[in-house]
Amino acid sequence: MGDVMVSCKGVKKTFVMGKESVHALRGVSVDIIRGEYVSIMGPSGSGKSTLFNMIGGLDTPTDGGVEVDGCRLADLNSSQLAWFRCRKIGFIFQSFNLIPTMSALENVTIPRIFAGHPPAKAKADATRVLERVGLGHRLDHLPSQVSGGQQQRIAIARALVNEPLIILADEPTGNLDLHTGKEIIDLLNDMKQNLGVTIITATHDMKMLSCSDKIIRIEDGSVKSVDTQASVKVKVGSIDGETVM
Amino acid sequence: MPNATNIPEQTRVSWPIVFSVSLAGLRRRFARAMITMAGVVLAIAFLCYMLVNESVIRALIAEGSDELNVLLQNANVDIFSGGKTDAMTLLLISLTLLTSLVGIINAMLMAVSERVKEIGTLKCLGATDQFVVRAYFVESTIQGVCGSMIGLLVGLIVAVGVSFKTYGLYTFSTFPVSGVLTSLLMSLGAGAALSVTAAIIPAYMAARKQPVEALRVEE
Repeated sequence: MGDVMVSCKGVKKTFVMGKESVHALRGVSVDIIRGEYVSIMGPSGSGKSTLFNMIGGLDTPTDGGVEVDGCRLADLNSSQLAWFRCRKIGFIFQSFNLIPTMSALENVTIPRIFAGHPPAKAKADATRVLERVGLGHRLDHLPSQVSGGQQQRIAIARALVNEPLIILADEPTGNLDLHTGKEIIDLLNDMKQNLGVTIITATHDMKMLSCSDKIIRIEDGSVKSVDTQASVKVKVGSIDGETVM
Repeated sequence: MPNATNIPEQTRVSWPIVFSVSLAGLRRRFARAMITMAGVVLAIAFLCYMLVNESVIRALIAEGSDELNVLLQNANVDIFSGGKTDAMTLLLISLTLLTSLVGIINAMLMAVSERVKEIGTLKCLGATDQFVVRAYFVESTIQGVCGSMIGLLVGLIVAVGVSFKTYGLYTFSTFPVSGVLTSLLMSLGAGAALSVTAAIIPAYMAARKQPVEALRVEE
């Protein structure tokens, strides 16, 4: 086993809504190892998204702590959190969240600019990463001019451009058809194998399970089970005559 | 092992880069930008028209020719006031500018609430509050300044045109170059002040949006 990348210790989150308190997380403790591909699964309202947001430093726990790469996120101010998100975490979203007025290249360049690189270098790096995800011929296209799968590839390139430690992907295949979804999963898996990034996804997608090293099931604000790849036996079937599992 | 004390503050994005990002956004949302700008164009055109007109009339009165005085009186100009703008007109100008100010603030606030997800995404990618403030501030200011320039031109052309129609070539023989230049500068200054003031509130509203908004799935 490698070293711990993300460590959640007794994470609780309570949202106060009027007179009622909603316990989104009731004390979650999980460790994620460097280079792992982890799927967080759970029905909507289970606290899955809340946990996911905590790891990305988008939300702070009511109790307990989240450490990423040995750093307690609760101790960071907003500017340090921006630094941290910029360099350590690559976000991938269900609805891609590309900036509609920016070309593919500009979308991938912007995190590099935030990281303080001069525009020319940022552009060159962005081009290289876009070529790596197979979009070298779509640099000047706007997001609306490419397909959903290509948009998600641009988003992956954008997440990777600052060489993060962790990719946080929220339902990355949720808006894609089966086949394109599988391509995206393969791409993520390839990034894990070749770049050694830790991949954490929140997902409903059973296809994701095949390449997950660890599956964390969340139910009603608590961890219901943590399965490792070896113990998971899911039969998914096939797409286009191709066996998925 | 890093801890909170050795995580630095996020790098600042320089003004020229913010400017080019905002400009690119405006270019691709051109139609929208034009509508936002229209309010400024009209207000500044009106202000510029009034100021230029006043200075042209003043020059015509100063000329003191009999034929011209007849023309002026036919046009209902009070030649004994020396062509000074009255209080009612000043009130009208102020109201126009105020309406335009509210118009830009409104348009920019709508742009912010439309782009909550975009702002959240940028923050997930490492944008600081300061970057967001700057980007929206620049966007609003560019629209204001461009709108003012167009308004300036429209106001000048209309003022000179109307004057030419009423007073013919006298308009040019007595044309008060320095007076008109002062009018143009005053209008431009008013337009710039207007758009910078209007930019402040929306820019801060934008910066307060949280990165977690990026993950919210629209229903």
